[in-house]
Amino acid sequence: MGKIIKVSGPLVIADEMSNANMFDMCLVSGHKLIGEIIEMRGDKASIQVYEETAGLGPGEEVVTTGAPLSVELAPGLISRMYDGIQRPLEDMREEFGSTITRGITLPALDREKKWDFKPLMEKGAQVSAGDIIGEVDETALVKHKIMIPVGVEGRLVEVKRGKFTIEETVAVVELKSGERANICMLQKWPVRVGRPYKKKLPPEVPLITGQRIIDMLFPIAKGGVAAVPGPFGSGKTVVQHQLAKWADTDIVVYIGCGERGNEMTDVLMEFPRLRDPKTGESLMQRTVLIANTSDMPVAAREASIYTGITIAEYFRDMGYSVAIMADSTSRWAEALREMSGRLEEMPGEEGYPAYLGSRLAQFYERAGRVIALGSDGREGALTAIGAVSPPGGDISEPVTQATLRIVKVFWGLDSGLAYRRHFPAINWLNSYSLYVDRLERWFSTNVASDWESLRTRTMEVLQKESELEEIVKLVGVDALSDADKKILKTAKAVREDFLHQNAFDEVDTYTSLDEQHAKLTAVLNG
Amino acid sequence: MIKQYKTITEVAGPLMIVEGVENIKYGELGEISVSNTTGHSDETRLCRVLEVDENKAVVQLFQSAAGINPEESSVRFLGKGIELPLSKDILGRVFDGMGRPSDGGGEILAEKRMDVNGVPINPAARDYPSEFIQTGISAIDGLNTLVRGQKLPIFSGSGLPHANLAAQIARQSKVLNDEESFAVVFAAIGITFEEADFFVRSFTEAGALERSVMFINLANDPAIERISTPRMALTAAEYLAFERDMQVLVIMTDLTNYAEALREVSAARKEVPGRRGYPGYLYTDLATLYERAGKKRGEKGSITLIPILSMPEDDKTHPIPDLTGYITEGQIILSRELFRKNITPPIDVLPSLSRLKDKGIGEGKTREDHAGTMNQLFSAYAQGKEAKELMVILGEAALSETDRKFAEFSDEFEKSYVSQGYNSNRTIEETLDIGWELLKILPKEELKRIKPEHIEKYMREED
Repeated sequence: MGKIIKVSGPLVIADEMSNANMFDMCLVSGHKLIGEIIEMRGDKASIQVYEETAGLGPGEEVVTTGAPLSVELAPGLISRMYDGIQRPLEDMREEFGSTITRGITLPALDREKKWDFKPLMEKGAQVSAGDIIGEVDETALVKHKIMIPVGVEGRLVEVKRGKFTIEETVAVVELKSGERANICMLQKWPVRVGRPYKKKLPPEVPLITGQRIIDMLFPIAKGGVAAVPGPFGSGKTVVQHQLAKWADTDIVVYIGCGERGNEMTDVLMEFPRLRDPKTGESLMQRTVLIANTSDMPVAAREASIYTGITIAEYFRDMGYSVAIMADSTSRWAEALREMSGRLEEMPGEEGYPAYLGSRLAQFYERAGRVIALGSDGREGALTAIGAVSPPGGDISEPVTQATLRIVKVFWGLDSGLAYRRHFPAINWLNSYSLYVDRLERWFSTNVASDWESLRTRTMEVLQKESELEEIVKLVGVDALSDADKKILKTAKAVREDFLHQNAFDEVDTYTSLDEQHAKLTAVLNG
Repeated sequence: MIKQYKTITEVAGPLMIVEGVENIKYGELGEISVSNTTGHSDETRLCRVLEVDENKAVVQLFQSAAGINPEESSVRFLGKGIELPLSKDILGRVFDGMGRPSDGGGEILAEKRMDVNGVPINPAARDYPSEFIQTGISAIDGLNTLVRGQKLPIFSGSGLPHANLAAQIARQSKVLNDEESFAVVFAAIGITFEEADFFVRSFTEAGALERSVMFINLANDPAIERISTPRMALTAAEYLAFERDMQVLVIMTDLTNYAEALREVSAARKEVPGRRGYPGYLYTDLATLYERAGKKRGEKGSITLIPILSMPEDDKTHPIPDLTGYITEGQIILSRELFRKNITPPIDVLPSLSRLKDKGIGEGKTREDHAGTMNQLFSAYAQGKEAKELMVILGEAALSETDRKFAEFSDEFEKSYVSQGYNSNRTIEETLDIGWELLKILPKEELKRIKPEHIEKYMREED
């Protein structure tokens, strides 16, 4: 048990901490505030505290839990909203009122609720980590697979059937050592460690979003990574919300990281009313929300993206296609910068720590298409889409640059387009997708054989338009040849009738691939 | 028992170091007794613990350091944060930047004391703002609609008439078909006496003084007091909104002065600076102010926040407007060019934005044709401005007939839609009708963003 010797904002330093390990979770002071050790020198530990530290002082005790910061994984995750360290915000509101009081701990998942467990394996089977022993109908859209936890291998000696809470034993495995391991539905996993898989595969199938400019011009693959940078007011959040709503994935994890409180409220109120285009069920039934708004403690913001991606990986391991949206990674980077400053580390560019790039890379690299653990060789995919908020819209700043080195898709938002109320304000001249070649085959077999040529023609028309516009600015439109005038006319139609898409219109908000193809063909041949 | 420490070892700028302290908590409020050199009785100054390191405390002053003597002055720590005494009697009163009455009236008999730093609102407890506020200003109501519980800043520049606009909003704002009690909280942060006086007079003229609360820190008041002024105002607003069920409009001007005070403290602490010397946590700090606006589920009251900030060199990418824009739900931008053209208020509608407008407009809230005409006006104005730029280079003759119409539209739009003067109060119907009148300038086939049935219904032909 250690003692606080220094408090500076979210950073607390305690001594006599020699029994603790790096990245252990600690309970700080009598309030039992949750913190995590981020630096150790001798027996002094620097702890980032995930809650408001006002009122703490030297001499108060710090207890390490001996385990790293972890999330709880079991049925009951879907359609809930958590803060950055997986505290259930709805339950907190019911229990403690409309403000976030500190030092409160509520279990992330309901311990009382009984789930109907259906076994999928017989007694006597050989099992190893990742094998699905049973499933639970969590929501109308999600069958929650119960997997053998990592580290367990042996013979299944008992499988139950019926209603259980997440902590009750549903199966018993006899390990090679002869010991018996009780398996319950609840698992824990440390957030800073990626969940293991058998093999990573290159992405081959597009994530269909129903957003015309994305699907047609700059598609993203299932298991791919994308970044959406843009100045304020250019519609980053609307793009993220549209993807969360309409992307054809099984599970969506939406992280509001240091952003506006009302945006999370919007998701909470709107998603239950929206219907999944494929199944007709409410979209909330496939969504997990992580909300650490800008007024909530800054250290928990740093943890929130790890909490989110660990939950996403867990569903990926079940064989699902999962999409994670992080809005915004710049606020996460700022939290990192603030902690780094308090630790008095030597700053890199613009005060960001030197390890900013490697941390970002580690996060995005947890995305991908994989063959999950387990003997059935099932495939899961985790697609990551991060919003970036560059100061002043200047993408030469460190966070955007570090992100662009990793991601394969860049949807650059343009304030000029936003002023003209052209939404989504994705600039077609500087955005790119490196998945185009890889996905071409899928589009030509599944939608239309001329998909690629249509895309190329569209890009050419738009490119040519920007060149012609330069000329028009100098000499006027009358000086152009008739062919050039026709190109301008076609490009205008492409912009206004195809690329412009109203997210708030009931019909326009989603366009299927076939409709996109038909529409673009009509516009180009206009 | 509270200990009195005479162990001040260092006073530098807004910071002070006290050694040999025991049981000091982070964030705690302290009182410094300064023996007055002019022979008057001692006075006390407030300060706050910024860092505790074993028995050494780094303390931030909230008031001037003048007169503090490390040998003689003493500090005592009060074991709590800064609190503001509150009761319904704060309405109609004027306070200084630290929350002390400055209108000659007596102290407030506290019914409740609230910590000025506030507590984050659980996002699950927020209610999405969706009630239309009619400000009577077309450029706002029609195109950048304000809703109750929104935070919508005014980005201005030195010499632009943001004060007139803010006062007009405060005077005219109302929610249609609603008789709920309404209050204005005004925070002056480092502005001049004249500007503060303008607000006081304008509230008095509108008969709004008895339902307003003012916190005034003038340009010649200590800069570090500015760090607490907006917090005082927001705390009073929270009390009125969530304890007294009132609809509160908070106007704060000028946030640029606030951010500069913050930079001063950060520089004194020798922190690693972010952009332009502002601290790296400026975003988080501003967010803890702005995010206190809003509505809560199951509560009647609301806080609508209009912070005003002057952009240095009219530069929207300067850290203060930039970070503000990332937190607030839109922005109203004033333009120097329009101001020179004598457009009042000189609102540049294109870069202005209200993110919450979509939920506050339409049938049952304003009128069914609102969304369509809004989009049409925006795109027509943008197109008109482009046409005018072209006209400058190539001359009017080079424009097509349609482009000339758009150019004409954009001039008319500025003159009759945006420029309405600071004393005209238009209903939303009037605003929408002026919009339709302007759209008549354009060829009908260009009106692509409006539903045809709305054109049929609202485009009245006079002949």
